[in-house]
Amino acid sequence: MATEQPFFQIDDLHVEIEENQILRGVDLSVKRGEIHAIMGPNGSGKSTLAHTLMGHPSYEATAGQVLYNGEDILERDPNDRAKLGIFLAFQYPLAIPGVSTLNFLRTSLKAVKQEEISAREFRRHLLDKMDMLKINREFAGRYLNDGFSGGEKKRMEILQMAVLEPQLAILDEIDSGLDIDAIRAVGEGISSIMHPDMSIVIITHYPRILHYVKPDYVHIMVDGEIRQSGGFELAEELEAKGYDVLLKEVMVASTQTQQA
Amino acid sequence: MAVTEKDIQESKRVYKEKYGFADPEQAIYKAPKGLDPERVIEISRMKNEPEWMLEFRLKSLEIFNKKPVPEWGADLSHIPFDDLSYFVRTTEKQGTTWEDVPDYIKDTFDKLGIPEAERKFLAGVSAQYESEVVYHSIQKDLEAKGVIFLSTEEGLEQHPELFRQYFGTVIPSADNKFAAMNGAFWSGGSFVYVPKGVQVTIPLQAYFRINAEQMGQFERTLIIVDEGAYVHYVEGCTAPVYSTDSFHSGVIEIIVKKNARCRYTTIQNWSTNVYNLVTQRSAVYEGGVMEWVDANLGSSITMKYPSVYLMEPGAKGDILSIAYAGDGQVLDAGGKAVHVAPNTSSKIISKSISQHGGRTSFRGLLKIYKGAESAKSAMRCDALILDSASRSDTYPTIEIEEEQVNLGHEAVVSRIGEDQLFYLMSRGLSESEAAGMIVSGFIEPIVKELPMEYAVEMNRLIQLQMDKAVG
Ligand SMILES: Nc1ncnc2c1ncn2[C@@H]1O[C@H](COP(=O)(O)OP(=O)(O)OP(=O)(O)O)[C@@H](O)[C@H]1O
Ligand SMILES: [Mg+2]
Repeated sequence: MATEQPFFQIDDLHVEIEENQILRGVDLSVKRGEIHAIMGPNGSGKSTLAHTLMGHPSYEATAGQVLYNGEDILERDPNDRAKLGIFLAFQYPLAIPGVSTLNFLRTSLKAVKQEEISAREFRRHLLDKMDMLKINREFAGRYLNDGFSGGEKKRMEILQMAVLEPQLAILDEIDSGLDIDAIRAVGEGISSIMHPDMSIVIITHYPRILHYVKPDYVHIMVDGEIRQSGGFELAEELEAKGYDVLLKEVMVASTQTQQA
Repeated sequence: MAVTEKDIQESKRVYKEKYGFADPEQAIYKAPKGLDPERVIEISRMKNEPEWMLEFRLKSLEIFNKKPVPEWGADLSHIPFDDLSYFVRTTEKQGTTWEDVPDYIKDTFDKLGIPEAERKFLAGVSAQYESEVVYHSIQKDLEAKGVIFLSTEEGLEQHPELFRQYFGTVIPSADNKFAAMNGAFWSGGSFVYVPKGVQVTIPLQAYFRINAEQMGQFERTLIIVDEGAYVHYVEGCTAPVYSTDSFHSGVIEIIVKKNARCRYTTIQNWSTNVYNLVTQRSAVYEGGVMEWVDANLGSSITMKYPSVYLMEPGAKGDILSIAYAGDGQVLDAGGKAVHVAPNTSSKIISKSISQHGGRTSFRGLLKIYKGAESAKSAMRCDALILDSASRSDTYPTIEIEEEQVNLGHEAVVSRIGEDQLFYLMSRGLSESEAAGMIVSGFIEPIVKELPMEYAVEMNRLIQLQMDKAVG
């Protein structure tokens, strides 16, 4: 495995929003089938990273590159990235009043896969996925995210991921605002969608979801950089100590190594 | 999310190809340009009208000449009144089969899909080309039940008493300058009568086509829905793209009697060189229901405020409108509800979209007279602005003389959000597909009121306007 080319690689990524520097050199390397968790305090730049990876027009990459299957995708439009197999579950999904979840997802699937799918066939496909994720079928006819509760919106993001079958899923706080049972449902849903060729970057504040979506690596982002990386135990350590203590220990450790 | 000149040209090209083609002019009579009373006398003579109608026309022309061009709305100072021809005849006789219609005109309506729609889902069709109706039909069983669906000229000729009893009663020529102009030059349009209790369950459709350059079209429609009856009348219209201006000024009068119901749907898709100034009004009696569904997508300038006069207790009026304004277009639309009697209710709901520098204005008037106790009314307008070059304004007016009323008023102007577009684009949609989806969702509450065929057509037309080439 160690010799395999990472299929997704971020090198020294710098990002500005309206001329404010937010990301200051992010590096991350993800192989096929790996799950990476990114944790970090509020405002540290996690969503900025997620939006940049999907191509939000307000986020300007001023340095660095993002390689997907060896190609730098930073110049590509969000819809092209979706067609390449990248998916972002939004921390704050948007409502599209007047457009049913069913119609939206059918249009989306046609765009991403670039092939026709009959209304009847799609409907069956969608209802299967809804059953699998234990989402009430009634949501298919409701306007997308319009009046949905916070938790319902998050579950819709997972449904979209299930339908679009991405190669790389970036999940931005998919667990926030969910009750304990819903975290389990979403966690189990994600693991049932996961397959050996799919990679996940999951952004979260809490280790709970990581028990269902078990990361190979955990990274801690602070002030627009990845300050610390480790295995699953890093998430648990973080939960026990909090960022302050953990990061101080890291600082001390790194000063010591520098001094040594 | 910048608008490119390319996007604008593309949307114009598609219109031109589908609707904006022109036939070579083959009129058998085209009135000399201008507003001379001689022209009015000539039209009346050519139509073999009774004396009272000629008088009505001349009186209307006088009113037209006296009234100033209104200045409270869109800029009408450039209407080339003296360069327009006010009457164009293309055939001596009106057809009742498509074979009766001159070939080139039939081809045009074929291209616009009218005969096909007639076979599939309509109870009757009236097709007007230039100034007159060239074809009309109605299903035999409806005719047998006494339903009348004729051109307005035939209505006057075949049902003179019924016609004269109602004509000009809902919209007198003195109402406004353009109603007066129509009164003077009216030609074509439909005369509809639905007898007591008869339900016309599938729509009657009228289609208006302007082909000639620099002409004025003055359709005049009169619809009478007798007690307990129901009818849905749909009108559509298109014109070729010319660099000179044309003019359309319709007058539509509707009488909804006790417990009757009428729905009048417009899908206006004129080319962007047509001025569209239309007066539509309905008088609604006890327990009757009037519904205007008004979609305005084309024209250079539209001013149009379908209105309901709720004359007797329990009368109800709904005005639902959609306006789309693109490059160089000013769409000034909305509705008027006038409550005269107790327990009447009205709803004015408008959705407007502006893009590519287009401008929409919503004008809503609600008037509740003293004595209209327990009147209920809701006015709501939502405007969606697609880019920074475009604009939308709202001008609600509310005049209330009665205390015991129940009112709601709401206006929401929103810009299409970058985040909303990004969300949809992250799901594979291109920017214009994403904007198209947001817009079709925006108008969905009104589109879902339309019969399925028109709902599909409506969405298709909007997408077509929005620079999205439709395959
Ligand atoms: N338009 C903007 N202009 C200036 N600063 C912005 C803008 N948008 C975001 N920021 C800032 O960028 C920083 C990173 O925000 P981001 O949303 O990426 O944080 P996050 O790590 O996802 O936080 P959370 O855990 O709260 O979701 C924050 O300080 C935020 O205020
Ligand atoms: Mg965030």
